[in-house]
Amino acid sequence: MKSSKLVKYATHGERKAFVSPGMAAAWPICLGYLPIGLAFGVLAQKAGLSLLEIGLMSVLVFAGSAQFIAVSMLAAGASFFSIVATTFVVNLRHFLMSSALAVFLKNTDRKKLSFFAYGVTDESFAVNLSKFRDSRWDLNSALVTNYTANFTWIITTVLGGIGGQFIPAHAFGIDYALIAMFICLLVFQIRGIIYVITAIIAGIFAVFLSILIPGNSYIVIASMIAAAIGVVLKKTVGSGKERSDGV
Amino acid sequence: MVSKEYLVVILGMGLVTFLPRWLPLIYLTKRSLPSWLVEWLDFIPAAILSAILLPALVTDSATRSIELWRPEFIVAIATFLFAILTKSLGGTVIVGMVLFGLAEKFLL
Repeated sequence: MKSSKLVKYATHGERKAFVSPGMAAAWPICLGYLPIGLAFGVLAQKAGLSLLEIGLMSVLVFAGSAQFIAVSMLAAGASFFSIVATTFVVNLRHFLMSSALAVFLKNTDRKKLSFFAYGVTDESFAVNLSKFRDSRWDLNSALVTNYTANFTWIITTVLGGIGGQFIPAHAFGIDYALIAMFICLLVFQIRGIIYVITAIIAGIFAVFLSILIPGNSYIVIASMIAAAIGVVLKKTVGSGKERSDGV
Repeated sequence: MVSKEYLVVILGMGLVTFLPRWLPLIYLTKRSLPSWLVEWLDFIPAAILSAILLPALVTDSATRSIELWRPEFIVAIATFLFAILTKSLGGTVIVGMVLFGLAEKFLL
């Protein structure tokens, strides 16, 4: 079904040439969203949300971990302010991701940029960023990737609300799809020894901070510090030693 | 049947989720950035992906403790090697899933 749709788009000619690469780039994300989206739907339905309410949250918020937290807070009767404040803190890491993506999107259509911003998640960030280093990737392809992932998220969360507990969502190691995707995309980001050191520092900082401080602010703190160390290292070691061959 | 209170909550959530995603894209794309910032942002992807990954591999989020030899970590070593050798995203995702599926069956 999916391939016939792609063929249909492809015959529309060059103007639609970004559609199939955009969708193709999204498949690991969609696969990974399947068990998480279903699990979210099951949880939300148990917390008393209707299918419409589940779908609306996935449309308006589109942020996996924040949605999980919000549902358990709603079930516990938390206030408007505490739910919104928690969501803000949990999703602050996307500020950093959008900043890194901005480097590749100079002088692009501002309306498209706004639509793109809506779909910046950990997963779409990682996929699009490695793709943007590829000259054939542009904002249109990135938009298709984002909305394919977004559509999958909305559908799977609502499906979970309908009867997710009856779907064998944890088969075939599917829970590992996103981790494996992040592993490969991390490998794509390594373009020299300083990137290796930066990644190792970020990972170790993150592990210890995640144990010491509640929430997920460890991601932002660890990566900001590690990237700063990367800049200092590059200055002291000299850019001559950096390999310029991209991966 | 969506209650007004619920709608207000998810609209608020949507706004505070959208703004951090939107502001850097709108603000940083229309001006030239100092070279130190571009260099710093260049290290952000490797740093942030590692900061997301490693805690998921070697910590137990329920007890908030380090637990090195979890199936997630053992499978990650092989998955990393596969990714480095093949540079194939699709292949890495499939290999990671298969190995984790096997690890769950035989290691737990």
